[in-house]
This record gives sequence, C-alpha cells and structure tokens, in this order.
Amino acid sequence: MADSPVLATHNPDLQHHFATMEQQTEAAIMGMWVFLITEIMFFGGMFAGYMIYRFMYYQAWLEGSQHMDFWWGTINTVVLLCSSLTMALAVRATQLGLRKTTVTLLMFTILFGLAFLGIKAIEYYGHIVVDHQFPGPGFRFAGANSSQVEMFFSFYFAMTGFHALHMVIGVGLVAFIAYEAWKGRYGAHYYTPVENVGLYWHFVDIVWIYLYPLFYLISHIHRK
Amino acid sequence: MSAHIPTKKFLVTIWGSLICLTVLTAAVSYLELGRFNIVLALVIATCKMLLVALFFMGVKYISEKMTIVVIVAGLFWLFILLALSMTDYFSRSWV
Amino acid sequence: MASTAVAAPERENYLNKEYGIGSWLFTTDHKRIALLYLITITFFFFIGGFFALLIRLELLTPEGDLLLPDTYNKMFTMHGQVMIFFFLIPAVPAVLGNFLIPIMIGAKDLAFPRINLLSWYLLVIGGLMMIYTILSGGVDTGWTFYTPLSTHFLDTHVIAAALAIFVAGFSSILTGLNFIVTIHRMRAPGMTWSRLPLFVWANYATAIIQVLGTPVLAITLMLVALERVFNLGIFNPQLGGDPLLFQHLFWFYSHPAVYIMILPGMGVVSEIVTCFAHKRIFGYKFMALAVIAIAVLGFLVWAHHMFVAGISLYAAMVFSLLSYFVAVPSAIKVFNWTATMFKGSVSFSTPMLYAFGFIGLFTMGGLTGLFLAALGIDVHVTDTYFVVAHFHYIMVGGMVMAYMGGMHFWWPKISGRLYPENWGRLAALIIFIGFNLTFFPQFVLGYLGMPRRYWQYSPEFQVLNVLSTAGATILAVGYLLPMVYFLWSMRYGKHAPDNPWNAAGLEWKISSPPTTFNFEETPVVTWEAYNYDEIPEEVPVG
Repeated sequence: MADSPVLATHNPDLQHHFATMEQQTEAAIMGMWVFLITEIMFFGGMFAGYMIYRFMYYQAWLEGSQHMDFWWGTINTVVLLCSSLTMALAVRATQLGLRKTTVTLLMFTILFGLAFLGIKAIEYYGHIVVDHQFPGPGFRFAGANSSQVEMFFSFYFAMTGFHALHMVIGVGLVAFIAYEAWKGRYGAHYYTPVENVGLYWHFVDIVWIYLYPLFYLISHIHRK
Repeated sequence: MSAHIPTKKFLVTIWGSLICLTVLTAAVSYLELGRFNIVLALVIATCKMLLVALFFMGVKYISEKMTIVVIVAGLFWLFILLALSMTDYFSRSWV
Repeated sequence: MASTAVAAPERENYLNKEYGIGSWLFTTDHKRIALLYLITITFFFFIGGFFALLIRLELLTPEGDLLLPDTYNKMFTMHGQVMIFFFLIPAVPAVLGNFLIPIMIGAKDLAFPRINLLSWYLLVIGGLMMIYTILSGGVDTGWTFYTPLSTHFLDTHVIAAALAIFVAGFSSILTGLNFIVTIHRMRAPGMTWSRLPLFVWANYATAIIQVLGTPVLAITLMLVALERVFNLGIFNPQLGGDPLLFQHLFWFYSHPAVYIMILPGMGVVSEIVTCFAHKRIFGYKFMALAVIAIAVLGFLVWAHHMFVAGISLYAAMVFSLLSYFVAVPSAIKVFNWTATMFKGSVSFSTPMLYAFGFIGLFTMGGLTGLFLAALGIDVHVTDTYFVVAHFHYIMVGGMVMAYMGGMHFWWPKISGRLYPENWGRLAALIIFIGFNLTFFPQFVLGYLGMPRRYWQYSPEFQVLNVLSTAGATILAVGYLLPMVYFLWSMRYGKHAPDNPWNAAGLEWKISSPPTTFNFEETPVVTWEAYNYDEIPEEVPVG
C-alpha cells in the first residue's frame, strides 16, 4: 500500500489514513477536547435549569442545601481531587515510559473513583431510604416550600446521578488503559489514549468541583 | 508536539493548592453571608477549575491555538445558554 | 444490490474492492459509510413521507373523516420526528459530507473512521427505536415534546421516542466532531482555509452547531424521560416547575438545528452554482464567513419560537432584534449566488435547476421568517399554517432541493454512472411545481387563520387545502422518479468520466468512482478554490 512518508511507516501505531504520528496525535487530542465541550453543553442544560430555579425559588434552594450531607460531600471532593492527582501522575509516568508506576497510579485512580462512588451511594441511601427525599409520590419533607425543595432534590439526583454515571464510565476507561498499560502498550513513543482518558477524568472532576458548592455550600447552615 | 512533562513536585503542589481551596471553601461556607455564600463558593470553585484545567489537563501547555479556541468556544456557548435564558426570567417581573 | 454487474472489467474502486454484507457493515471507508447513510435516510424519508401523505389526505376534506383526532396527532408528530432527526439532519452532512469532505480536502479518510461507523450504527439504533415507537402505537407530543403535555398527560410512547432521538443525537454529535477534527487536521499540503470549497466551510459551520447544540437537546429529552420514569420534578408545574424552561432548552438546540438543516444545503448550492455558471464564486470570503456567522447567530435567537408562550416582553424584544441579524449573512449568500451567475455561462443541467429552486424557495422561506421574527406579526400567525409553510420552504424547498441537487451533481462520482439527464430535468421541474403547489397555499391558509395541528378545519379553507394535497401528490411523484432512475443508472447508466461537468475541486480530479484511499498520492494544492478561469468550458456530456 502506498503509505506515505518514510519516517512514519515504522511506527505500528500509525493508522493508514494519517500522514504522520504527530498528525494522528493532534487529531486525537483535539477530538477529545471537542468531545469535552459537548459534555460541557450536556451538563450545561442542567446547570441552566438549576440556575433558573435557584433564581425563582431561592428560599427552597437554601432549605434543600441544608439537608445535604455536608461532610460526605467535602470528603468526596477531596477523594476526587486525589484521583485527579494520581491520574495526572499516571500520564506523566507513561510519558516517561515507567510502565509499573503507570499501572500502580492508574489502580489508585480507580480506587479513588470507586471510593467516590461508594460515598455517593452512602449519601443516596441516606436521602432515599432514610429521609424519603427522592422526588415523586414517596417524597417527604417537613419544612416550608416542600414542592420546590422536591425540585431541588430532583436537580440533585439528576446532576449528581449523571456525574456518577460519568464516573462509572471513567472507571471503566481507566481500567481499560490500566490493562493495556500493563501489557506494555504505551510508552514514551505512544501514550495518546492515556492522555485522553486523563482529560476525560479531569473533566469529570471539574464538573464535581462545581456541583459541590452548588448543592452543599449555598446555605451557611449545615444540618448534617 | 514535543509534549510538556511536568515534575512530580509541581503536580503535588497543584494538588495541595486544590485541597487547601477545598478546605477554605468548606470553612467559609459556615459564615453567614446570605446570597454571597454562593458567590464566594463559585469564585473558589472557578479557581479550582482553572488549576485543574491549566495544569492537570495541560491547557497551559497546549501549543495548538485551535484547541484553545475550541475550549473557549465551549465555555462561551455555555455562557450564551445561561445568560440568554436568564434574560427572560430576569425581566419577567418588569412589566 | 447488483453484485452480479461485472459486464466490463472495471478499475478497482471503493465499490468493487470487496463484496459481501460484512464488507459494508464493518467498513471504515467514509464513502461506503456515506452510502449506508444514504440507504438509511432514504428509508426514513419514505416513512416520514407516508405520514405526510396521511396528513394531506385527512386535510382533503374539512371533516375529520379519515383519521381519529388522536391518530392525526400521532401522524404529524412522527412525521416531524422522523423527517427532522432521521432524514434532514443527517441528509447532506452524513451522506454527501461524509463522502466528499475527505476528498475535497485531499485526505484519505475522516480523522476517526471507526467513530464514523459508530455514528451510523447509532443512527440505525435510534432509527430502530423510532420504528418500535411507531409500530407499538406511536407518540403524539408534537415533534417538540412540550412539557407538561409530554411528561404528565400522555400515555403514548414518549420515553421510547425521546430515547430514539437521544441516540440519534449522539450520531449527529459524533459526525460533527469528526468533521471538525478532519477539517482542522487532515487537509492536504497547500489546502489552506481560504482554498477550501464552500461545501467544506458549510459543513464545518454545521458541525459547530451539531457539537455545541445537540448535547443540550440530549439532556433535555433525557430529563423528560427521567421525569416520566422516576417522577423527577424538573419541569413539573405542580411543584412550581416552569414549562418554559423546557422550551428554552429545547429551542436552544432546535433553532440552531434549523441551520444544521440549511447550511450544508447552502454549501451544495455554492458548488453547483459555480460549476454551472462556470465562474469563480462571487465574494468567496464573505460566503465563507457568512456560514460561520449564521451558525453563531443562530444560537442567539431561539426564544422567537416562544413569543406568545409567556416569556418576558423585554426578552422577546431582544430575541426579535437578534433574529433579524441572521438575515444579513443569509442575504449575503443569496446575493452572491446571484452575482456569481451574472455574466456567467449558465447551463441548465439538472443540478442547476435544483440550485435555482433552492435560491428562490430559500429566499421566500427566509423572508417569511422575518415576518415571524417581528413580534406583532408573529402574534397573528403563531401556530397557523403560515408557520408550517415557512419552515417547509426552508427545509423542503431549501434543504431537500439542495440535497437532490447535490445527489445529482455528485452521482457520477458516487456511482461511476451517469443518470439520464432529461429525466433528471423533468423530475426537478415536477418537484418544483409540486412543492409550490403544496406549500404556497399554506401561507395563505395560515394568514387567513387556519391553525396547525388540527385534524379538521372550517369549510372555507377547503379549496386551498385541496390544492395543497394535489401538490403533495405531484411532489411525491417527483421524489419517486429520481429514486427509480438512480437505481436504473447503477446498472444501465453510461459510465461516468472523472469530471463530467468540467468542475473544479479535488473530487473531480480522481477517478469515478474513487478508489478506497481516494488519492494515489497525497495531492499538493497550488490553486484557489473555483479556479474556473483555468478550466475549459465545453461540457463533454449533455
């Protein structure tokens, strides 16, 4: 096959339709960023709804926020930031060609990710089973503005739920590249997939960086 | 391309700053600032977002201008969505 | 397909390189994927057309005598959903764009061939879910899914329909993502931004909208589904939810989506007009910037769909003003096409007839859009057939015309065969007449006050409705004809030369049909787009 430049033909990771490895890498990274802006808009729709109702129902939003698990939320933020650190370190380790370090750091990332999901599950359990705060016919709320607080909880479950879904996907992706890294697939010559999964992981972290204040911190009273 | 490889110490420093900001935002959330609780919290969140984006995601080291344009465009479109829909809710009570 | 047609020993090309169903379903060749899309959307075009047929038959008489009112609601709902999400939005980008963009920029394929195949599968999965929705009893929310009707008052298959469109939306997002990266990263040496064909510019602008708008629709429909399944209170008015929030989010995507449906058409028309006027496009830079301007401005105008829904008067004024701005780049396009033809040697081949149709009908559709952007007139004609006529002039008169024109223009390249020119011209004429007969009376009906989405109407509207239904019948014949002669030409058509139209552009410098990797070696571009002054004028085939 007439596969172009000489320097490129030696790299087995180069796909046929790219001229050089550099072009392929740049395309992949740019593709990831374009994907991330679609994610911004995906969450953006929910942020818009949140913002509008906070504007309309300020008191109810404060009320709802006071019933968040403040401590679990804060701990979860720290957990997620730790996972971002291990992810960033993992990308660095791949770039340096440190196979074992990469795999170890990716395993830690997965661990932190699962810890986050576990804590989220504890919170959900408290809200749904113990406090009956899941919207719908079973919703119970003693205070004022209970209908609008129900909407607050709708946003809470929708936004943290979609975030958690992204975390689950993220854990899967990290597990996949950890396996590939373990097989020695990546190294200083080729690490785009690790970099891209890293970008995704950090993005999901950023979403939580905003969800945390918007749900846990808008009222100065923390009942839990 | 010539990838930028950050040092371990640098990444840990960024992480340390992020943790400090988290503790800070959690602490100031106890202050009774009324509507400014959320403002302060979002300002701190934006600082954290910038730290993650610039250094963990390496936006600061992206040599390709077009990728920066893509990112800015994404944020700008989010702004359009939030701002223009707010014009409606904001001005409904004016009449 | 005609797998036995091995009459003459053909050069190896993307069609005859491999045979068998697997070589199609697992292909990563952008040209084969384009054909997969072509088959898929043609199928959905006829499903959507069938619903349109039932709607027009019901409206033949003032009484509701053919369909029950609920069935009628389902018909216009599914007509809209199928036509918009499964035909119009993928039409030009996913078929012609997929086929042509890599070739036009001198690349072997799109940047992400496997993602390209994935996006076709997503469309098919979404399509199967839509078919499930249709077969299991349908959905009657209107294509717009307005809440709280869709969330709290209907027992039809809202969730299935919403998820079908959710999945199809991701197909559209991935196509847009692929195009953006491809156009940035895969251009051949010398193919600078100022040398890109306008078709590529148009698809680039479209991709921006697909990438930035579609996710908002996705989450909005997802929230509707979640509200139905889990009783979440996002849009529920009983809790204090604002039904207009849904409309804001929905139209944030769905107004720009109109530009997803028209911008690629504008790109097609730019190619056709320059070719058949045999002249460089007038004002290339303005044409390129205009499509980007339309894409951006298109995001600032969405609430003009909600003027009478109860939004703030002040917001309405802002959105009305912003809507007028879209007219500026649109007018630039129309004027520049016209100026391109001025003193050109215009030939009236089939694609050019469609381009003429596009320019005229798009102008009418666009100008009536300005009526609707005016707050006062909008109050009078909201939810009447005036609106229906307006957007059909844009979508059918604009986009479908351009799509048909593009299919004829590039058919020799796609299939390697020529279609019968006289039949082509006849079909173009029938479509133009049928279209106008169908939709022009609807402008009048709407202005007289006939509301949309009712299965019966006052008897004084009958004459115009009969005209409209008659036109729809003619239109249907017009759409069936090309289908027949395209299929015929695949077997019996004359073999097409590489450049049957004497057209500029890289796609005409390679063989018809192209080889799998398009180019023998990566081309180096040293000429400007539309360098028709360097191309001889005589047309080799009639």
